[in-house]
Amino acid sequence: MTAVKTKEYVLPPVCIREVLRYSGCAEVTPDMEALANECAAEARKIFSPKICYGEFPVKMIGDDLDLGFARVSSRDLEKNLEGCDSAVVFCATVGHEIDRLIKKYGVISPAKAVIFQGLGAERIEALCDLFCADLESEGLTARPRFSPGYGDLPLELQRDIFRTLDCPRRIGATLNQSLLISPTKSVSAVVGLKKRV
Amino acid sequence: MDIKQYIKEKFLLLDGGMGTLLQSAGLTPGEYPEKWNITRPEIIKKIHGDYLAAGSRVISANTFGANCLKFDCDELEQIIKAAMKNARAAIAECGDKEDRFVALDIGPTGKLLRPLGDFDFENAVEVFAKTVRLGAKYGADLIILETFSDSYETKAAVLAVKENCDLPLIVTNAYGSDGKLMTGATPAAMVAMLEGLRVDAIGANCSLGPKQLRGVVEELLLNASVPVVLQPNAGLPRVESGKTVYDVDSEEFSSDMLDFAKMGVRVLGGCCGTTPEYIEKTARKLVGLVPLPLSEKNITCVSSYTHALRFDKQPILIGERINPTGKKRFKQALMENDIDYILGEGINQQEKGVHILDVNVGLPDIDEPSMLCRAVTELQAVTDLPLQIDTSNTCAMERALRLYNGKAMINSVSGKAESMDAVFPLAAKYGGLIVALTLDENGIPETAEGRVEIARKILARASEYGIRAKDIIFDTLAMTVSADNKAAIATLGALRTIKNELGCHTSLGVSNVSFGLPHREVINSTFFALALENGLSAAIMNPYSADMMKTYYAFRALGGMDDNCADFIEFAAALPDEKAQATAAQTVPEENYASELQKAIIKGLRDRSSELCRALLEKTAPLDVVQNEVIPALDVVGQGFEAKKVYLPQLLMSADAAKAAFEEVKSFMLRDGSEKVSKFPVVIATVKGDIHDIGKNIVKLLLENYGFEVIDLGRDVPPENVVAAVLESKAPLAGLSALMTTTVPAMEETIKQLRASAPDCKIIVGGAVLTREYADKIGADYYAKDAMEAVRYADSLK
Repeated sequence: MTAVKTKEYVLPPVCIREVLRYSGCAEVTPDMEALANECAAEARKIFSPKICYGEFPVKMIGDDLDLGFARVSSRDLEKNLEGCDSAVVFCATVGHEIDRLIKKYGVISPAKAVIFQGLGAERIEALCDLFCADLESEGLTARPRFSPGYGDLPLELQRDIFRTLDCPRRIGATLNQSLLISPTKSVSAVVGLKKRV
Repeated sequence: MDIKQYIKEKFLLLDGGMGTLLQSAGLTPGEYPEKWNITRPEIIKKIHGDYLAAGSRVISANTFGANCLKFDCDELEQIIKAAMKNARAAIAECGDKEDRFVALDIGPTGKLLRPLGDFDFENAVEVFAKTVRLGAKYGADLIILETFSDSYETKAAVLAVKENCDLPLIVTNAYGSDGKLMTGATPAAMVAMLEGLRVDAIGANCSLGPKQLRGVVEELLLNASVPVVLQPNAGLPRVESGKTVYDVDSEEFSSDMLDFAKMGVRVLGGCCGTTPEYIEKTARKLVGLVPLPLSEKNITCVSSYTHALRFDKQPILIGERINPTGKKRFKQALMENDIDYILGEGINQQEKGVHILDVNVGLPDIDEPSMLCRAVTELQAVTDLPLQIDTSNTCAMERALRLYNGKAMINSVSGKAESMDAVFPLAAKYGGLIVALTLDENGIPETAEGRVEIARKILARASEYGIRAKDIIFDTLAMTVSADNKAAIATLGALRTIKNELGCHTSLGVSNVSFGLPHREVINSTFFALALENGLSAAIMNPYSADMMKTYYAFRALGGMDDNCADFIEFAAALPDEKAQATAAQTVPEENYASELQKAIIKGLRDRSSELCRALLEKTAPLDVVQNEVIPALDVVGQGFEAKKVYLPQLLMSADAAKAAFEEVKSFMLRDGSEKVSKFPVVIATVKGDIHDIGKNIVKLLLENYGFEVIDLGRDVPPENVVAAVLESKAPLAGLSALMTTTVPAMEETIKQLRASAPDCKIIVGGAVLTREYADKIGADYYAKDAMEAVRYADSLK
């Protein structure tokens, strides 16, 4: 039987260039860099990066993909998982506080709200990168993570992921009626594991 | 024995983990354990039986996730019925049946409540209520709410219990390794809220092992007057060859639990990873130990969703600025439903250092209950300060107290019978710290003794509702000293007596004292100092008043409340240097003001823009300032943005600076009584199901900059609300945003309804997933790829 696990992480330092890229700045200007640094300093202690995940066998059953915890029909995911015997399904979040900050600055400084938005995006992506890199080993490579809603992978898969991983209880991530995750800075995805040849 | 009586006399032993045992019996991830009540009753009964044999007095029925979000009504009823039956059967089969209780066990819904999430508070109450009614129907002896990691959802569940049964209620929350709930509450904050809601026992469960919960338990014991509950995990989980194992064994666990029992914990059990063996060892170690007596903590406090604020030695500042009385600009914001203005007042007062925000949105022409609820809900999304709910409208008071996430301050009750009859039942139900005015049917007594007499009457009446003296704070009413030169003396005298003889805390609206006098600040701040010296606990005051803040910091420094005068020094360092300011203003030559304002806007300097705009308004007509200064400056930035030379955050900094200038224009015109500057109203909303509103907010800001009156309906807005707002405001333009493909159908539906009811209204759409083609397909008039395009389109409609 597959066990679901929970992990907490320490994130690497903030990459200001990425924050600005997510905030709509194609280049790093001194004024924007200063603003992003100010925001990053203010948000230094607010992130609580957590992940819950489980590994499941993957196989094709007719035209459907059996992910071990759910069956889906998705050509795009099928292609992504080609050659994988198993996949890790995970949900990651950096917590609620960044959402509160974005909302607060939405009222008093919209420019900062956009930067905090970018900062949150950078943090959650950094968390996912860290986690996915951890999945790799001498014998295994991890395929690029693939989320519900990408390509033809139905968003409805979110329900199966959340039920299987028990995300609300494990990491405090919840699904809203549009199948989006709260906190907003969260990601759920499937990562195929492939033997190295 | 009645369980409440049992807890008063003895340790109460609960059971341990259920989920872990079910997993080892074959429950797979994603399978609902509650279904096993029906499909595998023998396993459930066996687990209950093992816990009873181990010594558990309370067994929790297997109903953790039994709610109507997971199961339909019939199935839910069958599950709860079966769960109760299994628990009862286990008791019937155990040797010693005396003093064994069955708890209806309720866990969180897995949904996040508004304003952070999209689940409505009252919906949550209703979901829990259905489970509670079934539990009561099928014979539960008590209810345990457990593993809640959000204070707000906890409150919804408690209300559901209180409103649907009379069963004893135990509440335990899941605290993280930082000692707080996932949504931020400390144990002290939870105690404040839950004791206010009259929960019978309060505690911690799940998430961590006993040792990691030590800090949480200590804080609970320090604050709670009711029994404290502890159900930790068997330490932290790790996976060994596909199986989850925990790192604290039964021996270590039971020793830790014994320590906690000696510290004062009265209700003990286990959570994930604990088994009957853990409970049995704990039971054995407790034999012969006498529980510490329960003690009344007598703490006066309020709380928010993050922290409890104690009324103690340190004076408390209550910001008075969220109140329309005498504030034209605030009234206008209320009339226009401009919630952001109100939120801004909240955040700004917090930055000035207040501890509590008074919230008063009463105006004759508005729907006060709705507005107060909206203000209270939205304020809690942007500030963690406790709120003081300030209204004389009982209906508004009840709805706001119900929705408040914490223990609110209630402003106010008086010694009039009618007032006490209205306010005390609300405080008894929802909890709260009540501000009591020392006046009654005969008015305000002139003497201090008269006011103290009323205070005694209020205390006596409150106790009939089970409200303790610690939850009442007296306002001895600052009267105008220019009308009666003994007025301040009477107020101060009453203050002193109430503090010393009745042992109660006090609060004052300080600024009333100076009505009709010149230089009111001097009188106010001196009176404030005198009141503090006479024992004042809290002041409702204007934190933008430098004199008041000076008095506050100086008083703390002089009164030995500010170590090394550190706070005072920090405060003083931030005080503006008056001389330097005067010269700075003079260095800008007068004839250059115009271009200076434009420069300030282009550079995104908010404060400078206000300052320059204010100066400019002295000699230029407001509309000219907008047309010749603000708009051209914005255009420069807007064109830069369109040419990709200016980036989004830079555009927003300029927009924000322009908004600050525009605020100056608005207030000037309000004072001046001149006509509105707005072009025409635009209704904007993020469509139903979508909670991403940053793009919509950017469009709003820019539209406002360009002089449109924006009616912002917020996010997750049902189509009919958009239609109603368009019809009411006669807006010729409505803007809709959607971020996700899944919410585009809601946008299409909104457009359909708008076309049917308001065919003349143009519709502009935007959002990450939209394209021009898609916008055409769903029948929008225009697709704007960014905020500047939205402005250009709106301008083209003039």
